[in-house]
Amino acid sequence: MIEITNLVKKYHSKEKLVTAVDNVSLTVAKGEIFGIVGYSGAGKSSLLRCINLLERPSSGSVKVNGQELTGVPERELRKARVKMGMIFQHFNLISSKTIGENIGFALKAAHYPKKKRKARVNELLQMVGLSDKKDAYPSQLSGGQKQRVGIARSLANEPSVLLCDEATSALDPSTTKSILALLKKINRELGITVILITHEMEVVKEICDRMAIMQDGKIVEQGSVYDIFADPKNELTREFTSSILQFDIPDQALEKVEGTLVKVQFKGTTAGEGVISDMLKQYAVQGNFLHGKIEYIQEIPLGIFVLELKGDPVEIKRAIEYIEERTKQVEVLKGVA
Amino acid sequence: MSLDHVIELLPEINQAFLETLYMVGISLGVAVLIGLPLGVILFVTDKGLFLENGPVKTVVGFIVNMVRSIPFIILLVALIPITQWIVGTTIGPTAASVSLSVAAIPFFARIVETSLREIDKGVIEASVAVGASPWMIIKDVLLPEAKPSIIQGLTLTAISLVAYSAMAGVVGGGGIGDLAIRFGYYRYDNTIMVTTVIVLILFVQILQLAGDRFAKLVDKR
Repeated sequence: MIEITNLVKKYHSKEKLVTAVDNVSLTVAKGEIFGIVGYSGAGKSSLLRCINLLERPSSGSVKVNGQELTGVPERELRKARVKMGMIFQHFNLISSKTIGENIGFALKAAHYPKKKRKARVNELLQMVGLSDKKDAYPSQLSGGQKQRVGIARSLANEPSVLLCDEATSALDPSTTKSILALLKKINRELGITVILITHEMEVVKEICDRMAIMQDGKIVEQGSVYDIFADPKNELTREFTSSILQFDIPDQALEKVEGTLVKVQFKGTTAGEGVISDMLKQYAVQGNFLHGKIEYIQEIPLGIFVLELKGDPVEIKRAIEYIEERTKQVEVLKGVA
Repeated sequence: MSLDHVIELLPEINQAFLETLYMVGISLGVAVLIGLPLGVILFVTDKGLFLENGPVKTVVGFIVNMVRSIPFIILLVALIPITQWIVGTTIGPTAASVSLSVAAIPFFARIVETSLREIDKGVIEASVAVGASPWMIIKDVLLPEAKPSIIQGLTLTAISLVAYSAMAGVVGGGGIGDLAIRFGYYRYDNTIMVTTVIVLILFVQILQLAGDRFAKLVDKR
């Protein structure tokens, strides 16, 4: 478990004091995949680096598995870092060493018995599906393969925590998917807590359990990924979720709308209950779908539909009230309410 | 300019060449032995690095700059007492090696520092993140990663030393330079002058070629 309390990280850059992390408190439960989202410069990278103390926090506390890490001497810190894996956007492999040697280096850092290193390296390479690349150099691998090596290296010493610094941002979409699947597998099979920072909501949607949104060094919103997607409270959060859920209806199509335009959001199980068809049966209105989308977030459906309702205004009003009652998420975009 | 004359002096030229090789070899060895660690210190004590240490960086940097700012010919003379104390004589190739080494150490140290600076900071960060000790990072990450560049720097140092060693002839240091001055300059023997220059040109070309080859060979990037 990771407990961050009142964490502040300040930098002295040219005559200016920059507060990269501004009084952040955060708790990540054991075995969770936690996503931190924000634009570049939001402080998420600094926050992540404060967890394994690659950057010394200016104040506040970082506890990993009950051990307070701030103020710990360098030697102790190295021991703690062995139990925290980290992967990077640009992989950061040692270019003069083979893949096997790169992973071996992590084992050596942890004083892993020399005799057993070879077997452990093979085991790790198998886990990430790169057994045949042991003697290759990083420059001979593709981006996705390099990240797999990075993952193997980070897992070498059986960490309890894996920190991911924009781990998929330099990869193409299909490679991103496979790396995310690997991270999820590691999380489920080895029970490793994963903290990842990203600016891609796609990544969070794909694998995270909970998430936080950062802006100007502060966490503006946090919660379960589903809740945040279904009901974002903060302006910035809405901006991020809309990157996944948003759809634009062309102006031309909007102009043709004669009736009332409503946006309905279905959460979880209600998505399958046929609220719309019930409504159409009960009220004398005509329904016409203009747009619709169902996203599965943490395997729970989240549906958003835009439909035009035509007919008697009174009936329409009652129909909308009916949907409101069933879904709690109706928004009238155009026309009478 | 006669070929006979060159052949006649061939043993002398040969001897001088070996002396040059000897002087450059010794001072290059000392440069690696002392300059390399100094270069590493200059780099790892830098701000934001894993052995950040302002005072050490400033002091080492100052000494390195100070020695580098002294013209070699002055260094050659100024170090005569120290040379006497270390090797027991002030003439000959061994004596010249002392001042050559002193000049080579800070030169090579700065080259090493620059080579290390080229390493991707992310790789160093990743090594810190796996819990590696500073010594491990230096030995297993910094030096291997900078190896091609350091070899290029070593070539550069060797070639500079060839040029400096020629200057050592002024104080009777021996070597090709000494030969050129004694025969070519004092006795107006143009044959020897031209021959020594050709030998030096060839030597430098070979050094550079070999250095480039070797650097390329160890480069895995």
